[in-house]
Amino acid sequence: MAKYYQPEFECMALEDMRALQSEKLVKQVKRVYENVKYYRDLMDAKGVTPDDIKSIDDIHKLPFLTKADLRDAYPYGLLGTDLKNCVRIQSTSGTTGRRVVAFYTQADVDMWEDCCARAVTAVGGTNEDVCQVAYGYGLFTGGPGLNGGSHKVGCLTLPMSSGNTERQIQFMRDLHATILCCTPSYAAYIGETLKEMGLTPDDIDLKAGIFGAEPWTEEMRRDIEKSLGIKAYDIYGLTETSGPGVSFECEEQTGMHINEDHFYAEIIDPETGEVLPEGSKGELVFTSLDKEGFPLLRYRTRDICVLSRKKCSCGRTLIKMSKPMGRSDDMLIIRGVNVFPSQIETVLIKEGYSPNYLIEVDRVKNNDTLDVSVELSPEQFSDTVKDLAIKEKALADAIKTMLGINPKVHLVAPKTITRSEGKAVRVIDKRKLHD
Amino acid sequence: MSVKQISVFIENKKGELAAATRYLANHNINLRALSIADTQDFGILRIICDDPKATETVLREGGYISTVTDVLAAEIEDKPGSMAAILEVLAEAHVIVEYTYAFLAPDGHAYMIFRVDDNAVASAALAGAGIKTANQEDLF
Ligand SMILES: [Zn+2]
Repeated sequence: MAKYYQPEFECMALEDMRALQSEKLVKQVKRVYENVKYYRDLMDAKGVTPDDIKSIDDIHKLPFLTKADLRDAYPYGLLGTDLKNCVRIQSTSGTTGRRVVAFYTQADVDMWEDCCARAVTAVGGTNEDVCQVAYGYGLFTGGPGLNGGSHKVGCLTLPMSSGNTERQIQFMRDLHATILCCTPSYAAYIGETLKEMGLTPDDIDLKAGIFGAEPWTEEMRRDIEKSLGIKAYDIYGLTETSGPGVSFECEEQTGMHINEDHFYAEIIDPETGEVLPEGSKGELVFTSLDKEGFPLLRYRTRDICVLSRKKCSCGRTLIKMSKPMGRSDDMLIIRGVNVFPSQIETVLIKEGYSPNYLIEVDRVKNNDTLDVSVELSPEQFSDTVKDLAIKEKALADAIKTMLGINPKVHLVAPKTITRSEGKAVRVIDKRKLHD
Repeated sequence: MSVKQISVFIENKKGELAAATRYLANHNINLRALSIADTQDFGILRIICDDPKATETVLREGGYISTVTDVLAAEIEDKPGSMAAILEVLAEAHVIVEYTYAFLAPDGHAYMIFRVDDNAVASAALAGAGIKTANQEDLF
């Protein structure tokens, strides 16, 4: 069984990797400077020319790109090649502001699918496997990315897309799917549905899952692993750089290996833009070293995480990134306190609630209010108001302990909070309506 | 002797209670007694019906969460002081009453439902005081 999809890159010695990155960066900067006026203007404004970039060590001289730049340059301003060389677009869900449209040449698609193939191989996938892709297909990168990766590995690919959960489970059983790819919240939902149908993990053949496109916690991982009888692996990516597969988890499950032969990662101080040393917590920045259609240099992802070169037991030498600890877009400032939805999720799971929740923030008489709605499970229900009130109070206290803010907790009926088939909407900030 | 009561979680949103009772009616669930306890967020619909098992299944299929509790149905005379008499008997036996509600059976008798912390102790105390408690069949 192949352990790596492209061992020549996945297990490359560090100095060879630096040399490869340097060679690619020098070429990429030249090409972008020539083809992308928007970025050329940014470089000119900073007084940097392609000649200043002689190796990967010079990358800090380049200007950053942000989501705002993507908005300004929409739709063609950051295109890296002639449109006639492009074969595909993918787009973000547009949950925050204007949507992003990314362009791919055939070489870009191949590279992206190779990255996903590395992820599928890392969870034990081979041509003996049946890979069920239950990410959405279409503009969303989840379905197309993992679909391509699964093909390259030679798995029998079930392009299910998301939704119609009972049919998913029927295909899973009839065709003996062994690998599942979808969002973690959808994986949890499939697990719940399996149980409702009176089935157990023994009734399915799944052994591994590749879950990404939204934040999830270690507790959620354990829940999914138990309810589906699998090992659950994380995968990371963003449409701006390609899609899922920018980084992926190996059997060690202690962070995601970045495909750094294609995507160079830096951690910066989000306030000053200064590059921070390895092991520091900060904002993740990616440079696409060889993308042609949409070659973003030093793109600020808004994801807060940590990079590590610690030796991994899987044998890969690719640098690892931690699970993002929050997203500056998602961060809520409530009564002056920084709150990440993932913190609330951690409390819910610890207290035995479903990870489906809705956070509503509002401002009443100049005071921020925090309301958390969470689904009650049949086991938690009681016939007395007192018992349920005690439960609400206990959960509110646990959230208060975690955040330092008093929330109002609402227990709601099962399955009344919408499940995500793409990205979950877990936060409604009504304060924006008043501004 | 005790009676099986089914409690159903109802969100405190417009039309939720109506929808739940309509749902039960559509599935030919014959309700003998019904009470609702509510807070700002949610309500608990409590019902007594002739086939608790079938009702539970129907509710689960409808996506409701419910729970079955054994409660006491004490026959109550139509005269002043009879409710107080029952409560006194229970208090003397150190039984804690969580909630109570009344209804009329087809035989014309009025009953009080008592949800208590200890059914055995409460039953014995009521029997000792000559107060009759009903079982499921008596009510239909
Ligand atoms: Zn590893």
